Amino acid sequence: MVSPNTELAYNSKIEGDLVVTRADAVINWIRANSMWPMPMGLACCAIELMASAASRFDIARFGAEVFRFSPRQSDVMIVSGTVTYKMAPHVRRIYDQMAEPKWVIAMGACASSGGMYRSYATLQGVDRIVPVDVYISGCPPRPEALLDALIKLQAKVQKSPGTTKDLL
Amino acid sequence: MTAPADVFTAVQSQFPAASARPTLDHPAINVPMADAVAVLTNLRDTQAFDFLVDVTAVDWGVEATPRFSVVWHLLSTTKHNYVRVVAACVSDTEPVAPTISHLWAGANWHERETFDLLGVRFEGHPDLRRILMWDGYPHHPLRKDFPLAGIDTPLPDLEVGELTKATAAPAPMMGGPFVASVGEMNMTDAEPSAKDESWNERSNKPAAL
Ligand code: SF4
Repeated sequence: MVSPNTELAYNSKIEGDLVVTRADAVINWIRANSMWPMPMGLACCAIELMASAASRFDIARFGAEVFRFSPRQSDVMIVSGTVTYKMAPHVRRIYDQMAEPKWVIAMGACASSGGMYRSYATLQGVDRIVPVDVYISGCPPRPEALLDALIKLQAKVQKSPGTTKDLL
Repeated sequence: MTAPADVFTAVQSQFPAASARPTLDHPAINVPMADAVAVLTNLRDTQAFDFLVDVTAVDWGVEATPRFSVVWHLLSTTKHNYVRVVAACVSDTEPVAPTISHLWAGANWHERETFDLLGVRFEGHPDLRRILMWDGYPHHPLRKDFPLAGIDTPLPDLEVGELTKATAAPAPMMGGPFVASVGEMNMTDAEPSAKDESWNERSNKPAAL
């Protein structure tokens, strides 16, 4: 007589050390859950960015707590603040120095569109110089909005096709 | 407190070319540009105006002559009063003023800012570079003939400009500039908004009749 299996969890003694999946899914899963941000904090929005990293909002819950001030080590550039024309080339150069794969979040009205600065000195949206994956509205957006953008970006990364092919 | 007239009288007794300037608050004195440094030194050394509050300039308009005036605000930290000294620039196209960075070190950056935004050259300044706009920016944005939206200019970094095809392009004004309504009690109506929304990027401002 066969006794019913009472194991609810995965048992490596029975099933062996093996999980079957697709390489794309694994790599995307790894990437999405460990997004190290490059904090491009340029104005008031950066305060909310800092709040997101602090204990109350705790961006660590989403695997993005390791703020890297070196572009070489970061995955997602969070442009939080007003990008002036004087600063714009530096933003682009830092973006260029980030290792692939890389993503950009435009946080707040200024980074997304120039915001209230309709003037000679302000870049009218950071998407004029770098490709943006997620835009966040608000002046400034609350930390929850940034977390929401991060989750949206994670969903986008999880869905990205052909990851393994690109690597090989 | 020194009465407004006293500051002026004291200056005029030594600099006959100085004249009283109409003012709504603190005493103000018009001086010829050639006397400016001497007047400011005199105010500092004999009248205890020891603190330089501001150095700036005014562009009175493209048509005006003299077009540019340089303005100095002084404060006396012992007598607690202000004085404003104004000197018109001789040239309307190449405005020049003497530096006072040797009198007050703080004038250094004020003069750089005035040079950056209004294009007044301060002669004798130790390091007259732009301070807000980038080196090599060809315009002076606070001049009256400079549009708020800006003038199409290459980015400060030509390499990035070439890569991204981005320029420091005029900002979209969407019928702006946005102006607040003075005296409006309703916050929604008081908020800065475009006063004439009949024109924007897609339909040009109608020519004046
Ligand atoms: S969007 Fe608002 S809060 Fe954010 S940088 Fe611009 S002005 Fe500051």
